[in-house]
Amino acid sequence: MSTPPMPTTGLAMVRTLGLVAAVCGALVVAAYQGTLAAVEANRRQALERAVLQTVPGAVRMRAFVATQAGIVPAEGAPAAAGERFYAAYDARGRLLGIAAEAAAHGYAGEVRVLYAYDPAREAITGLTVVAHKETPGIGDKVMHDTAFQANFRALDARLNAQRTALANPIRVVRHGAKRAPWEIDAIAGATVTSRAVGKAVNASAQRLLPLLAAHLEALRQDAGKDGT
Amino acid sequence: MNAQPPRPTPLEEFLEGIWRQNPVFVMILGMCPVMAVTVSAVNALAMGLATTFVLTGSALLVSLLRHWVPREVRIATYIVIIASFVTVVDYLIQALSLQLYTALGAFIQLIVVNCIILGRAEAHASKNPPLPAVLNALGMGLGFAIGLLALGSVREILGAGRLFGLALFGADFQPWGVMVQPPGGFFVLGGWLLLFNWLKKRQGRLQPAR
Repeated sequence: MSTPPMPTTGLAMVRTLGLVAAVCGALVVAAYQGTLAAVEANRRQALERAVLQTVPGAVRMRAFVATQAGIVPAEGAPAAAGERFYAAYDARGRLLGIAAEAAAHGYAGEVRVLYAYDPAREAITGLTVVAHKETPGIGDKVMHDTAFQANFRALDARLNAQRTALANPIRVVRHGAKRAPWEIDAIAGATVTSRAVGKAVNASAQRLLPLLAAHLEALRQDAGKDGT
Repeated sequence: MNAQPPRPTPLEEFLEGIWRQNPVFVMILGMCPVMAVTVSAVNALAMGLATTFVLTGSALLVSLLRHWVPREVRIATYIVIIASFVTVVDYLIQALSLQLYTALGAFIQLIVVNCIILGRAEAHASKNPPLPAVLNALGMGLGFAIGLLALGSVREILGAGRLFGLALFGADFQPWGVMVQPPGGFFVLGGWLLLFNWLKKRQGRLQPAR
């Protein structure tokens, strides 16, 4: 390496970089195309598993979009048309409840949850944390802490008389301070993450439930038509 | 640089990364994933295998192209090659298991800047024919995976009372929480380094001629 080698021409550099980029581009596209079907199937499966796990007893689900005009199946609807939710049915096609995704900023990033809503009881009946970036050992307790999960067994989500919003906004209170059925008892030491979960559920429920209330019958009928 | 030492045998090439130049325990390279994803044995193993895949794939390509890549653009070329393999492994993991994909998070994409990979491309693959390059990369990757797994399993056992997700102790086990947090990574790595260096020193004493 004492004598420098022949200087490389600019053309050779461009040619090499171009060629390598083309080969690598083909590699990336092939990998994307090759795995696309499996990745999408995985996503669908993960979502379905989460919905069925959040709504107890459910064996089947369908995605819908709730808009001011009514409820339409999600398959044909444009992506940002309204509030997306999942109707969960039992084996006989009866509507057991609905599930919806909600998200809010936690301690280290977005906390995404899936909550179950029972229209008959007008209450939130289950919650699964879908994704989070919270501190392991602290914030991630929201996933499995049984006392925290118990908040969502029958969390009051009644609508007000005008059916435009929740009668009592869902809110998170300090650990051990839960008094009302619409309050969520935070996990001691993981208050920020607990608040994020409550904030996400409240924001989503405030938007979705009024839309849903007006068209709930349609959903039941739909289930009857579609049920096996 | 001109007086080349005798070319290592294929077995030596393969074993270099696993023992003598282990990326985790000897070279202390790639510490970002070592600390971040080793909270469980499964994450650690997946990260190790993903890195092995990228390392081996890029070593093969870099070695095949070694006579055609001008020195001036070699880093750019290597990074493009490495980034492509990382993208491939990213899709493969998504196709394999979304749960694993979310657990590993941004660290899959960060394999691009793992210094072991660029370091090996520059120091080894670009100077050797494909077979030794691939063998060496495979050994380095597996050495890295072994290192990650060593950390991940200890941290999972102490910090969560589980190994590969299976509960090891009864329900009364109080996990040593700090072990699955960042400081735990340093504690466990320190422990392993201590063990390895002690072993090496002991070995050195037993055979002073080396």
